[in-house]
Amino acid sequence: MRSIDRDEVRRLIADEDAQLVEVLPAEDFEEEHIVGAINIPLKELDERAPRELERERPVIVYCNDYQ
Amino acid sequence: MGFLRVNDYVAGKKDWGSYGLPHEGTKVPERLAEDVAHKDVPTCVLDERLADVQERVRAAHWDACIVVNEGRVVLGRLDRKALGSDADVSVEEAMTPGPSTVRPSIGTEDLLKRMRERKLSSYVVTTPDGRLVGHILRDELE
Repeated sequence: MRSIDRDEVRRLIADEDAQLVEVLPAEDFEEEHIVGAINIPLKELDERAPRELERERPVIVYCNDYQ
Repeated sequence: MGFLRVNDYVAGKKDWGSYGLPHEGTKVPERLAEDVAHKDVPTCVLDERLADVQERVRAAHWDACIVVNEGRVVLGRLDRKALGSDADVSVEEAMTPGPSTVRPSIGTEDLLKRMRERKLSSYVVTTPDGRLVGHILRDELE
């Protein structure tokens, strides 16, 4: 997995139609999330990602901060 | 995960929000500093002559000017008193260095409360790394 910064997030979304995934619990997502992101909590990622994400598009995962 | 191109935005949503980028949710204030800041506040640099800046600011119908460097990092502010002075000095000599700043993601209600408590009539809005976003007037929040 590649670590990226804010500018690269914006570029991937704008140029490569990246999928934004917040991996925190649903309650955290409800309180605040990046516009356009979907919520797949970390413990559910392996199970839900193949169903809910498109393989040919880049994926960007994030949480609160440097955790 | 089985996907080829997976990226980790390490700094996370706190970083995103603190730069005034679009975020939403039950705890995100309805109006943010980013939404109301005047992005067209006049700017100047340290080695300009005050007189030259005064003319430009007056022509733009402003009474404040933010001093920035080439990277748009805020260094100071020229307030009404400085802009009304007839001293033949540089911007660096006339400015108030290191003005108080807020981040774009602060809610306007919290910001107004802070302005009242600190008896401030305006605030400079910057990103976490100090780059100018805009200028907010307390009168417009009251």
